[in-house]
Amino acid sequence: MPENPYSAMRQSIVDGAPDTASDLARQALAVGIAPLDAINDGYVPGMHAVGEQFARGQMFLPDMMASAEAMRAAMAVLEPELKKQGAERPNAGTVILGTTKGDIHEIGKTLVGTLLTAHGFSVHDLGVDVSAEKFAAKANEVGADIVGVSALLTTTMRNQKGVIESLERAGLRARVKVIVGGAPVSRKWADEIGADGYAKDAMSAVALARELMQAKQQAKTPALENA
Amino acid sequence: MRPKFQLLDKPFIERILGEAFELIEVPGLRIAPYVVELLQAGGIRVENGVAHIPEAVARRALESVPREFLLHDRDGAPAVRYGRDAVHFDPGSSCLNILDPETQKARPAESHDLIRLVQVAEMLPQYTAQSTAMVCNDVPAEIGDWYRLLLVLLHSKKPVVTGAFSASSLHVLLELLAIESGGADALRRRPRAIFDVCPSPPLNWSEFASQNLVELARAGVPAEIVSMPLAGATAPVTIAGSVVQHAAECISGITIHQLAKAGAPIVWGAAPAIFDMRSGKTPMGAIETVMLDVACAEVGKYLGLPTHAYMVAGDGRVIDAQVEMESGISAALGALAGINMISGAGMLDFLACHSIEKLVIDAEAIASAQRLIEGIEPRTETLATAMFAQTGLSGDFLKLKETRALFRKEQHFPSSVIDRGLAGPENAPDILRRAQARVEELLAAYERPALPAGLESEMIAFARREGPKAGLKDLPGISCAEATALANQV
Repeated sequence: MPENPYSAMRQSIVDGAPDTASDLARQALAVGIAPLDAINDGYVPGMHAVGEQFARGQMFLPDMMASAEAMRAAMAVLEPELKKQGAERPNAGTVILGTTKGDIHEIGKTLVGTLLTAHGFSVHDLGVDVSAEKFAAKANEVGADIVGVSALLTTTMRNQKGVIESLERAGLRARVKVIVGGAPVSRKWADEIGADGYAKDAMSAVALARELMQAKQQAKTPALENA
Repeated sequence: MRPKFQLLDKPFIERILGEAFELIEVPGLRIAPYVVELLQAGGIRVENGVAHIPEAVARRALESVPREFLLHDRDGAPAVRYGRDAVHFDPGSSCLNILDPETQKARPAESHDLIRLVQVAEMLPQYTAQSTAMVCNDVPAEIGDWYRLLLVLLHSKKPVVTGAFSASSLHVLLELLAIESGGADALRRRPRAIFDVCPSPPLNWSEFASQNLVELARAGVPAEIVSMPLAGATAPVTIAGSVVQHAAECISGITIHQLAKAGAPIVWGAAPAIFDMRSGKTPMGAIETVMLDVACAEVGKYLGLPTHAYMVAGDGRVIDAQVEMESGISAALGALAGINMISGAGMLDFLACHSIEKLVIDAEAIASAQRLIEGIEPRTETLATAMFAQTGLSGDFLKLKETRALFRKEQHFPSSVIDRGLAGPENAPDILRRAQARVEELLAAYERPALPAGLESEMIAFARREGPKAGLKDLPGISCAEATALANQV
């Protein structure tokens, strides 16, 4: 075990080194470090640093992909232990993610999912080429707080609107926030289709999801008081 | 001497082709059920939706492709030559947005925008072909492909680069073209249009694309494969690796096409791009994208095939120095590479937006590129000494008869879009204003080349019959009086 295990964990994520990340996680459990501490004080700060460096143009998409892989490797070791101890991470919010119907490009959406997971969200990734109805059905099934819809092409971007309409038809729109992203997507487009938010990259998507959850909590509180 | 730009030598191209032939056999290509029997009958093993094409079968297909063919204008005159080092340009196609001529802000394109663009392109000799440049948002999506072709046919005589949006709509577009050409046989003999058909990277011929390949081959209407590897995302990150994938997609497409009808015309085309590792976007103006275009075309030319590429598009959001720098560089390099059809002019914002003002500016870059490939000619018996014998050291060349006789051949004269100082040193309008003025000038001079009334009314009647099936109420872009008058003649 390195002298400063948390710093090594953080670095394994920044380096995008899945083997090191999972080794460190196993070593941490062996010496009795609580899995939640390893996540919150070691790996999540690593992912956070990666997100920040990406936003500054100092890291690139392949680096992000490697860091995400390292994060998944660490979580694969830590999560079963976490469950065993009954010490699950507090859920920052339940998020459904997917790429619109007709779009098979998953990089952006997968990165958002990894960063959201790293920051404590419970993420259900529906994958690529997802129909509007499937988004709504899953949102209903898991009681989603947020639905994130990704599109890489200008042609498939139009289907983001369909997801919002589908949530409306299912009567879920009032309690589910919709966020959109992808290369051709803009804030203007998000406003036009009535989405609740737009994020230009994965790190901004985390900030956006947090804001929306906060707003949701605040909206809920007075209602409870009235009740 | 015709100047040329080359990035690959013969051994490198052989290496690229060697790996491409390997790829089409192992791992092979994902193909659609529609072509399974056709491929099996051609000696290709198909397992679990994956075709494994032996090199020998692919090489036979490559050999049966015509080395040259022509597209004709509406009057049946040859207008575009595909093959060898012929170079033509056409506007980019299938754009969703347009930079509004007034506000210069992007908005969804409509029929009137497409018509305006077609009118301007019709007036510019730099564009030897038109394209179905935009997706018209005022037309139901399911008939958008044939409706925009109709608008182009009604407003232009030039050949058209077009494409179908689905497997089922191709026959509608072919029917429309056949009406205009005077029947399917006439269309086959003197095709006016060529259809872009795109494989899905990597190595996947969808139901829609393969059906288009087969039906175009059987109709004898030219097809243009537009393979679009995204280096680093849907294709290998290296330029060389992406060129291999491009070659494999083209060779497999040509194999499907030639098995359907050997000898049918088809083009080795490309719209590759690098995948930007910061934004995840696909910059068309990046120099590596241009290098991909040129290298892909070089491989096609090495095989003796007609070529196409997507160039002269910039990535800025407005008409600015960036988009024009990008467009100008790629126009020059595309021309020097001898690519037969170079599509993309007028486009910006990663192919998401068209601009008619940019189209007229790009026409100037294209004219410069066309001058460039004319190269340097000796033109006079002695290059300079005979002229010096007349002037001595006076420097008075302006008076020489050679000057007057040759300056028009030596110098290209750009339009007022290019500032050569004619407007005076002060108050010269900027490039956007100059382009806007040029657009207005061209539109004022444009006259619609009307079809013979019988044909035109048949086409309008066709739209009246097919349009309502998709919920089209009136005919956007076609004036009501005009349409009614014509329809009544049927």
